[in-house]
Amino acid sequence: MTMTDNRAIEVEGLRMRYGTDDVLHDVTFQVDRGEVLALLGPNGAGKTSTIEILEGFRMRSAGRVEVLGSDPAHGDEDWRARIGVVLQSWRDHAKWRVGELLAFQGSLYEPYSTAQIRRPWDVDELLAAVGLTEHAGKSVKTLSGGQRRRLDVAIGLVGRPELVFLDEPTTGLDPKARRDFHSLVRRIRDDLDTTVLITTHDLDEAGKLADRIVILTGGRIIANGTPDELARQFVGHDEISWVQGGERSVQYVADSTAYARELFARHGGEISELELRRASLEDTYLELVRSAETSADQLAEVTR
Amino acid sequence: MSGATTAVRSGIRRGLIELRQAFTGMELINQLLWPVATLVAVFFLRDLPIGDTGYELGTIILPGALGMFVALGLLLVVQQLAADREDGTLLRAKATPGGIRAYLVGKIVQISATILAYLAILLVPGVFLVDGLDLADPVSWVTFTWVLVLGLVATQTIGAMLGSLIASPRGAGYLSLPVLGLIAISGIFAPITGLPEWLQWIAQVFPVYWLGLGMRAAFLPDDAVVVEIGESWRLFETAAVLGAWAIAGLILAPIVLRRMARRESGSSVAQRRERALQRVG
Repeated sequence: MTMTDNRAIEVEGLRMRYGTDDVLHDVTFQVDRGEVLALLGPNGAGKTSTIEILEGFRMRSAGRVEVLGSDPAHGDEDWRARIGVVLQSWRDHAKWRVGELLAFQGSLYEPYSTAQIRRPWDVDELLAAVGLTEHAGKSVKTLSGGQRRRLDVAIGLVGRPELVFLDEPTTGLDPKARRDFHSLVRRIRDDLDTTVLITTHDLDEAGKLADRIVILTGGRIIANGTPDELARQFVGHDEISWVQGGERSVQYVADSTAYARELFARHGGEISELELRRASLEDTYLELVRSAETSADQLAEVTR
Repeated sequence: MSGATTAVRSGIRRGLIELRQAFTGMELINQLLWPVATLVAVFFLRDLPIGDTGYELGTIILPGALGMFVALGLLLVVQQLAADREDGTLLRAKATPGGIRAYLVGKIVQISATILAYLAILLVPGVFLVDGLDLADPVSWVTFTWVLVLGLVATQTIGAMLGSLIASPRGAGYLSLPVLGLIAISGIFAPITGLPEWLQWIAQVFPVYWLGLGMRAAFLPDDAVVVEIGESWRLFETAAVLGAWAIAGLILAPIVLRRMARRESGSSVAQRRERALQRVG
């Protein structure tokens, strides 16, 4: 086995094809243990296909995939017990009481308890951790959208997984529920030392939660790095503008500080109303997606 | 304790929780509807004589209806499987170690218990409505028990297969039509010997007829056999046909269920939900 103990996920040359449609082309990335990785991309980029292959719910067309040391296509129940899956919100188990459902789900993890990791998580503690203590006796269908999503996370965590998959977990949540959800994910990372793979189409969310971001567009990885690295590495052009001789000029430059120093050294007092806008990660993301789509379009033109 | 044992134990727990949900609040009214409607039919038909046999129709219908409700377990399995696939319950089970096994054990427990409840709802008031049932004889209950057990296994395993092959709750709804047709030709509400012979042959392929016959054999006095095919209770044939269906179901259902479960994923649930929303919109 090539994987080190420190690797939670290893994906190499992953391809997925539905009929004649390629949705993933040669996708390669790794996730280290304890890391929060966001798989970021617009709708239809192949995020859900990727995460479902990693969860063992979907067969890949080609490539090598290892999740916690096993091929998910042949993951047994022991492997399954070490993984938490937070599904996009469904209406399942609507008639069940919140505490009852967690206790039932937890009971299935009992045989997989080890000396290092006691499984399952105590239901009362878990309810407190996701802020649902006072809803324990309520039926699931009476929960609000945000509460329901926190229950989904609790179900994903009840077996004390070493790795959690969150597929578009905040779609449809209001801003407050979203913020609560983000702080819950940060707690999972900080307190439990759990590896997290989250998919999202929201850059802001990825930037807030992830240690590292992998950007997927049109089934290809176009960027992979920390939020800071991505902002620096790509585009990275700050907008600098000033007024000289009554006229406003705008420039896009990589190193705005050096450019400003140069500008003052050359023109001194003639420069006024200097404004500087740093390249935000959002600009970077939109730029990357746009250029990836353009080149894909061009490719389509060429091959037509 | 091994994963498999835990899954069975958790499955029983799951079945009991679902059973409680099935018999509380508004659900209870739904559950009572069909057994009570059947009792009403028995009540109105209780004095209607069958030719010159000396037996009344209600007396024949009541035990046959017990068999029919065992057979309806098939529809319950199909409907619940379809609903549980659409709302993601099954996917949740798949994401949990031993979850699918626990889910299936839970279904068997819950649906078998639901059917026992139907039978009690029918039989307890029913014995006061009709005369001539043979309830005191222990042999009646022995026959009842084996017919019941074979019937539950046969109809639920077939139901699980059909439920795996049918994609949507709507498809599951369509399935109730042929099942009701089968009940109509299976001698539950009128002696099968009054039907054309080719219909009798069709009915005898399926478990519904044999469940009705087995229950009549259990609870009707021996001389009521005159309205049956060949004027015989045909207990051996009953055991053979129900047993064959049960064995076929036990062999095939796990294969079909595994195949169905393998194909469940978040996006397949999402697709189904989108289709469901389109139907509504």
